[in-house]
Amino acid sequence: MLRDTTTAPPQRRRAPLGAGLALGLVALALAVVASIAVGTKGLPPSVVLEALLHRDPADPDHLIVWQVRIPRTLIGLLAGAALGLSGVIIQGVTRNPLADPGILGVNAGASLCVVVAISVLGVSSMTGYVWFAFLGAGLAAVLVYGIGSLGHDRATPLKIALTGAACEAAFRSLTTGILVTDNSTFDQFRFWQVGSLAGRDTTVVTQALPFLIAGFVLALASARILNGLAMGDDVARGLGQNVPLGRALCALAVVVLCGTATAMAGPIAFLGLMVPHAARLITGPDHRWLLPYSMLLAPLVLLVADVIGRVIAQPGEVQVGIVTAAIGAPVFILLVRRKRVRA
Amino acid sequence: MSDVLAVHRHTTRRTAVVTAVLSVAVLAVFLLALSVGDFPIAPPEVVRTLLGGGTVRDDYIVLRLRLPRALAGLFVGLAFGLSGALFQRLLRNPLASPDVIGVTAGSSLAAVLCLITFGVTGAVVPAAALAGGLATAVLIYVLSWRRGVTGYRLVLVGIGVAALAASAMSYFLTRADVRIAAQALVWITGSFARVGWTEVRMAGLFLVVLVPAALLLGRTLSVLQLGDDAAKALGVRVERVRLALLALAAALCGVATSVGGPIAFVAFLSGPISARVLRTGRPGLVPAALVGALITLLADFAAQHLLSGAFQLPVGVVTGAVGAPYLLYLLATTTRGAAA
Repeated sequence: MLRDTTTAPPQRRRAPLGAGLALGLVALALAVVASIAVGTKGLPPSVVLEALLHRDPADPDHLIVWQVRIPRTLIGLLAGAALGLSGVIIQGVTRNPLADPGILGVNAGASLCVVVAISVLGVSSMTGYVWFAFLGAGLAAVLVYGIGSLGHDRATPLKIALTGAACEAAFRSLTTGILVTDNSTFDQFRFWQVGSLAGRDTTVVTQALPFLIAGFVLALASARILNGLAMGDDVARGLGQNVPLGRALCALAVVVLCGTATAMAGPIAFLGLMVPHAARLITGPDHRWLLPYSMLLAPLVLLVADVIGRVIAQPGEVQVGIVTAAIGAPVFILLVRRKRVRA
Repeated sequence: MSDVLAVHRHTTRRTAVVTAVLSVAVLAVFLLALSVGDFPIAPPEVVRTLLGGGTVRDDYIVLRLRLPRALAGLFVGLAFGLSGALFQRLLRNPLASPDVIGVTAGSSLAAVLCLITFGVTGAVVPAAALAGGLATAVLIYVLSWRRGVTGYRLVLVGIGVAALAASAMSYFLTRADVRIAAQALVWITGSFARVGWTEVRMAGLFLVVLVPAALLLGRTLSVLQLGDDAAKALGVRVERVRLALLALAAALCGVATSVGGPIAFVAFLSGPISARVLRTGRPGLVPAALVGALITLLADFAAQHLLSGAFQLPVGVVTGAVGAPYLLYLLATTTRGAAA
């Protein structure tokens, strides 16, 4: 992947990449409008604009916009951006294209904690799940990184990836163990598990926002570290980087971002894995472009998937986690086929 | 040069010792599975019964009730372990087990479709699972073909297909009645509870062909590891060998899945564990197969006897809990063997 940079001089690429980023922003804005306007009750853009500018608490349309659609869109935006960024970072840190943000055990840990909360503590509300999901994500990540750093050679990319996958296996085993022995927990959990943006209110957003802002700053600042790590630990060290510290900071960003996104929207699979690959096909391997592109593309995919999920099964809806994979996977396969991707 | 030879000899000896120890362990757990239960039968009696000299009661319990299940565990474990190690070495990525690149997801989707959408149960489900796994493997290969198949593209396409299958599965699970969904969940998790002689005999027949073929062809893996150009220069028909090995690995995985469901993590765990026990830095095929069998047999033993009373856990719940901590222990303690 590194060879790609040498084929096109960076000066010449900067302008088109910047324009692409602007184009992405416009597309994202359109997706936001669509996400607010489309639903079981369709609202024309004029009403949406009206509701946004002059909020009238008595108007039922404005109520829909402010109570239902805006929280949902916000969560989609934030969770998407978080997953896109953490996907890029985890693939950079582990130097493995198969790593997804869940590889630090975050998703599996969150799932286990939520299942325990439902089954043992009888928690049954989305706002209740959030904190348990966050707790589980954090504990799992500490465990994975802790075990991965044991031993003589410290935290090598391969050890982190394998430790994460092994921990994920153990957590998922325990989760399924509880689920198959407890039908009522399974009944609740299967809806959280697929990942959905619906049924969350603004308190979820306000709870998550401080964590997300910290994560975004950390993630966008890690581009140089990731570019160094991509060339191997020795080169990165030669360039004057503190490799263990850099890797730990990146891992921290992944945990905060992916943990918060999972807590908000459930374990949305595939997005964090797919988007970085798609972005890399546009930008090449430079993380200074890759990070912002992923941060834009991921919420775009998520919001579009969410809108489609609302339209195709009216009056019900299909959870966004399902639609993301159903739409994203074919596009992803096409992209992979079209471009020459190098390992 | 003599140093190289010494290292080589050391590695060969270590492989032999590890293989022997693993074989004994697998045999021991196998006998244990046959002797422990509601009616305990001492291991010597079990051996006598297996050789044809048991009482009527022992014959019934060992040959009728316990042997199919133990054999299923053995076969499925061997097949998953071998299949996982093949994928991991072919694609040169320790995360590239058949679970990750979509082969098992295809099997599960086919089975879930049978159970939920068509309401079919019984012998159709394993057959559908086998067909689904193989069809998925072919689909992945065709989709990643573009004047040849590179490992990287295959893996990425596989991930896409896996995500697609998984999302379809989740969709059907959330749409179904919770009781049927729970039944499907048991199947997706993997269980030997309903395995009888028919399934075991079928799996045995397949494995008699597939395992020797995989081991024989697998000898070229160390040449493929040198890179395509070097392998070609050494006279290996890279594209053809790789296709054959992938097909064998997918078939092994499909057969294993059809018997007991996509028992999680066995295929993923066996390779890295064997690589670390061997200290060669990459999974050996025979040791990986044995590790797979050991994990599966141990997990099924725990699944049957962990909870008191009539309730039995599906084996797929336990495999992660049995194998993963051991891999974690190895990761935390081994200092050598950086590669997969």
